Amino acid sequence: MSRIAETFANLKREGATAIIPYVMCGDPDVATTLAVVPALIAGGADLVELGVPFSDPIAEGPTIQRAAERALASHTSLADCLGVAQQLRDQGVAAPLLLMGYYNPIHHYGIVRFAEHAAAAGVDGVIVPDLPPEEAEELTTALKAKELDLIFLLTPTSTDERITRVCKLASGFIYCVSLLGVTGARTEFSASVGSLVERIHQHTDLPIAIGFGISRPEHIAAASAIADGAVIGSALIDRLTAAPASDRANAGREYIAELKTAAQRLKPSPLEGRGLGEE
Amino acid sequence: MQTIEQPTDTYNLPDANGRFGEFGGKYAPETLMAALTELEQAYDQAKNDVAFGRELHDLSRHYVGRPTPLYHAKKLSAELGGAQIYLKREDLAHTGAHKINNALGQALLAKRMGKQRIIAETGAGQHGVATATVCAMLGLECIVYMGEVDVHRQSLNVFRMKLLGARVEAVKSGGRTLKDAINEAIRDWVTNVETTFYIIGSVVGMHPYPMMVRDFQSVIGREARAQCIEQIGRLPDYIVACVGGGSNAMGIFHPFYHDRSVKLIGVEAGGAGIETGRHAAPLTAGTPGVLHGARSYLMQTADGQVMDTESISAGLDYPGVGPEHSYFKDSGRATYTSATDAQALEGFKLLCRAEGIIPALEPSHAMYTVSQLAPTLPQDAVIILNLSGRGDKDINTVAAVLGVEL
Repeated sequence: MSRIAETFANLKREGATAIIPYVMCGDPDVATTLAVVPALIAGGADLVELGVPFSDPIAEGPTIQRAAERALASHTSLADCLGVAQQLRDQGVAAPLLLMGYYNPIHHYGIVRFAEHAAAAGVDGVIVPDLPPEEAEELTTALKAKELDLIFLLTPTSTDERITRVCKLASGFIYCVSLLGVTGARTEFSASVGSLVERIHQHTDLPIAIGFGISRPEHIAAASAIADGAVIGSALIDRLTAAPASDRANAGREYIAELKTAAQRLKPSPLEGRGLGEE
Repeated sequence: MQTIEQPTDTYNLPDANGRFGEFGGKYAPETLMAALTELEQAYDQAKNDVAFGRELHDLSRHYVGRPTPLYHAKKLSAELGGAQIYLKREDLAHTGAHKINNALGQALLAKRMGKQRIIAETGAGQHGVATATVCAMLGLECIVYMGEVDVHRQSLNVFRMKLLGARVEAVKSGGRTLKDAINEAIRDWVTNVETTFYIIGSVVGMHPYPMMVRDFQSVIGREARAQCIEQIGRLPDYIVACVGGGSNAMGIFHPFYHDRSVKLIGVEAGGAGIETGRHAAPLTAGTPGVLHGARSYLMQTADGQVMDTESISAGLDYPGVGPEHSYFKDSGRATYTSATDAQALEGFKLLCRAEGIIPALEPSHAMYTVSQLAPTLPQDAVIILNLSGRGDKDINTVAAVLGVEL
């Protein structure tokens, strides 16, 4: 069983939703990322998305655009992001690590070479927001050969036909985009996401994580009621950026810990509980 | 005299996946995928609808002023002392550039699809003005994204767009030019996809845009081909056009695709010089990559980051290029070269003086290439230069470079 599948299976048994923070690698430098990620995990993060900076992030709002600009100002490359994953593993980080970034740097790096190096660095999965299933065959094949998951996104505009197509290709989990728009913290949790999650559930047993717009414990609670995970990106980056450089890791840990308290799902029924062979 | 045959072999790219060989495609966020399919289907239906074709044709004639002339520039030809130079006068189209051909076609399609909100990006402002113009005429809401740098260097066009009722959004991210304007327009589209039609201004972006924009711009080449045959009884030997995203070039090249005797030359922006790295010439000095939804030649760093570009001409200041041009380059159907800022200025001044026509800085790049090519050819050779726009918008830029205070 892959680290991603195992993590979701364990959380399901515990009746909890996965907390999945996103940080931009190299924002503002690699040392910061190496300090922040372990702190997020200490705060309760279950999986971690490592953003790969790109010059033209068309699906990102201002927060992540600025984060990418800072990372690029310190010349953070895809190779550096792979290095971050490797160093986190060397430090003993056991949580699943996902790389999230746009297609061109991967394309330029070389698809097969990227898959090999990502696997060697201890990466578990890859998310590419501008790579729909129509264009994903080459990367899917290369990642599968290395037993890495390519995580696909589904959105409120995805037709049932597209959901079927994505679910056939997908592994790891499904990234469910909660709203129409770019990334960025929102005050309200998207009310319409429930019906999308239901539609996706009709086509797959893979875990579903909800992302885009999530910033508050009550959003986590709402996501926990319907899905298996919640991704926190822009809101976390806003917190990290607002904190003094020396206190970023603490700020990240505290924020994740605060969100974690809302991540308990409905308790499994006593029947299910007995089935798990506890005590 | 050579015989003129209608093409017999078939060219039917892009394929069903939006590919021109290994270029093109649909590298788009999932949110847009259903909308792109919807657009593809709507365009396919419109293309085969006689009423749509008639409306486009009538407006092209009575509103845009088509057909634009094919003008034999005798004095310029004599001065250069070689081939006969003909100018396809897209500068005489309504709003002063070829951009209106595509803006009109897409706006009619938007109306047909029931989309009332139009967004567009613009570099030099010509596509923004063209889009604002047709939106005013058709009663559609219009928002134009424009890099902050371009807002300043093309202030005349910004004012024109506002007069026409459009809202101009200055984009402050990245290099603050055309590339960044497209990024911001895509972000708007992702957010408002259900109500909004994105009118892309060049043969770039995800399928079906490169195909659709090419088709709407192909009126240039269809006219030029017929006019050339009518005026001189044969096809030209060369067609020369500037290439930023590449819509005017593809528009005039495409109807000559099967005429193998006709050499097609695209001219990119050489900026400060190719050797300096400060230019906007991906076909000349780039490598294949993925930007704005398509795989094509791209100016990128060793890490796969898209480079900021440099050109005196805002309309060519783009690190990518239409995927069909990449296909033409690799297949050898067209050749691509570049002209620097200084060379473009030479071309600009030459056409002003020799023919009494003030060209835009974009086709001034092609003018320079023609000025080098023509003297090497015999006097019965024929070159068509696609004069894609007029130069009024560039007067401030040119004055500044020449050290003239207005």
